[in-house]
Amino acid sequence: MQRMMIDRAKELLASGQVNRVLGWEQGEHSWDRTPAFFDGGNIENLKYDGFCGPNVSKYLVGEVAKDGVVLAFLKPCDSWSFNQLATEHRINTEKVYAIGVGCRGKIDVEKVRAKGIKGILDIAEDGDTLKVHTLYGDSTVERKEVLLDKCLSCKGKEHKAGAEFIGQSEETSVGDKFELVAKLEAMTPDERFAFWRSELSKCIRCNACRNVCPACSCIKCVFDNPHTGVQNKAAADDFEENLFHIIRAFHVAGRCTDCGECSRVCPQGIPLHLLNRKFIKDIDELYGEYRAGAEIGQRHPLENFDKGDCEPSIVHERGGSAQ
Amino acid sequence: MKKIAMASLNALFARIAADKKLYLPIEKAGKVDFYEWSEGENVRLDALKTVKSAKDVFFPQVENLLKFRVEGKSIEINQAPLCEDDFVIFGVRGCDAKSFEILDRVFLVDPRDEFYASRRAHGIVVTLACGEPEESCFCTNFGVNPANPGGDVTAWIVGEEMYLQANTEKGEKLIAELDEADAKAAQDEQARITEIVGKLPLNNLNLEGFDGEHLMEKFNDPKWEGLSRACLGCGTCTFVCPTCQCYDIRDFDNGKSVTRYRCWDSCMYSDFTLMAAENSRHTQLQRYRQRFMHKLVYFPANNEGVYSCVGCGRCVEKCPQGLNIVRVIKALGVNEK
Repeated sequence: MQRMMIDRAKELLASGQVNRVLGWEQGEHSWDRTPAFFDGGNIENLKYDGFCGPNVSKYLVGEVAKDGVVLAFLKPCDSWSFNQLATEHRINTEKVYAIGVGCRGKIDVEKVRAKGIKGILDIAEDGDTLKVHTLYGDSTVERKEVLLDKCLSCKGKEHKAGAEFIGQSEETSVGDKFELVAKLEAMTPDERFAFWRSELSKCIRCNACRNVCPACSCIKCVFDNPHTGVQNKAAADDFEENLFHIIRAFHVAGRCTDCGECSRVCPQGIPLHLLNRKFIKDIDELYGEYRAGAEIGQRHPLENFDKGDCEPSIVHERGGSAQ
Repeated sequence: MKKIAMASLNALFARIAADKKLYLPIEKAGKVDFYEWSEGENVRLDALKTVKSAKDVFFPQVENLLKFRVEGKSIEINQAPLCEDDFVIFGVRGCDAKSFEILDRVFLVDPRDEFYASRRAHGIVVTLACGEPEESCFCTNFGVNPANPGGDVTAWIVGEEMYLQANTEKGEKLIAELDEADAKAAQDEQARITEIVGKLPLNNLNLEGFDGEHLMEKFNDPKWEGLSRACLGCGTCTFVCPTCQCYDIRDFDNGKSVTRYRCWDSCMYSDFTLMAAENSRHTQLQRYRQRFMHKLVYFPANNEGVYSCVGCGRCVEKCPQGLNIVRVIKALGVNEK
């Protein structure tokens, strides 16, 4: 598939239909993939394989401000973020030539390490297994056991945007995507509080979750603005960074496409996507199923009024919390 | 040389913690960081790298410096207390131990930072040799020896035993009660580690040209654009880094009193250089370049060639988009592509 992508990019660059290409290149180690831009000179460096986890759609916000057209290779999940950004007028779609690329799930190297595999020198994909070469011997790992969390509750392998498509996809979802949310809902308030306190208290306030989030597309975040009085430099008490994540989840409610990048990038492994997924589940239950980013121009239920909308009292009827 | 059975370590921790604060790599909600030990904590000496480095114990992410209180026309000013009690940080890897020397060059020179200095004076550092170094480690490029990492006490885990060698008077006192041991096992372990380190993929970086002499050449290198383009501008690299030492000082004003605190800041953040008149760095390229120029060029130019990197590899593992200092060294270095 990588070869087909490079060849197609070359054609589009040569014809002048696109001026540059957004995709992934190899980082330091053989499995590291970093979002990158290409032109005719370096397009052979484009990589596409099981390690291309990063969602590249948010980079287009900056790209469309420049001259010319950018060719963006989008995985199925990336295409939802692309649509949502276009819906919010953050991407001018006329300046993007999107090509959907097939996906069979992306690998989480942290999960390979969590299997006790240390000193990894190389990881080779071989069908459904990974051959891991390390300083301390070689081993094989089942591919499906080390996929990113976001791939285990994949949004489906259908691209929601794209002028053309390259490659095949494979279903990677296992079970119900709301299973963990339901588990949290079933907890007592004290148990749930304890769960989130223990997870969120690991936060180091690096803002990676916010900066990678395609729904967090404000030009200047309120927490970066020294004039707001709420600049997120240090917490006044030990609950403040906990609250930061809750506020952020509220802010992206209805707009979050569940791309899972927040949890992928968190250096402390906080399952931030569960906060967002709780909102998605609530919206489904209160307003009917809704998926942000399914198409460009959608109005999400929280910004739309419909006579069929649930009454505010429904939350009260549900016991004052979403039980 | 002393030794203790691994099975008895908990008793040693309890003895130390009886009259001193004791910090150890402890797992909480699936991640290992240095936390204060108490009975029942899940100590993870087998974890090679804590998420955050060990620098927190000397230079915490947030600390209060002063409190002001206004009453009528008088202002009461109270400085936060300095550290007055000895404490122990146990299980520090060689890279983090080396980072303390780099932080010393910042905080212990004139004007001396008394908060940091008081913690350094009272901190007892027990290092732990790296039995299983990883592919992201490149500490040997910066003069760290993961086989014999120094500190007040050096520890080696060999099978079911931990061997400990005191390097300072403070260290001798800490482990005085332990049984004497033959040095052979720890020496063999050092040789074993040294052999593994020789095979690390990043142990031979070429740092030629990263110095004050080549400052403008490095600064103006056109490769910075490509290197920085995927940078999200998050603070992950700076907050997991053992040598990043930049901080901000701010006031928390509750209307009656003001608490002046210091907190880590990140040169990756857009407001890091915001001044009354202007912000001197407008783009992520400039911020990104600053971070690496500081570590690889400005710092050594001002500190007898000592780099402000210890090769711990946390940025290699933790950058969400796969950017890190190794890529910069290779891209901008001599004899590398």
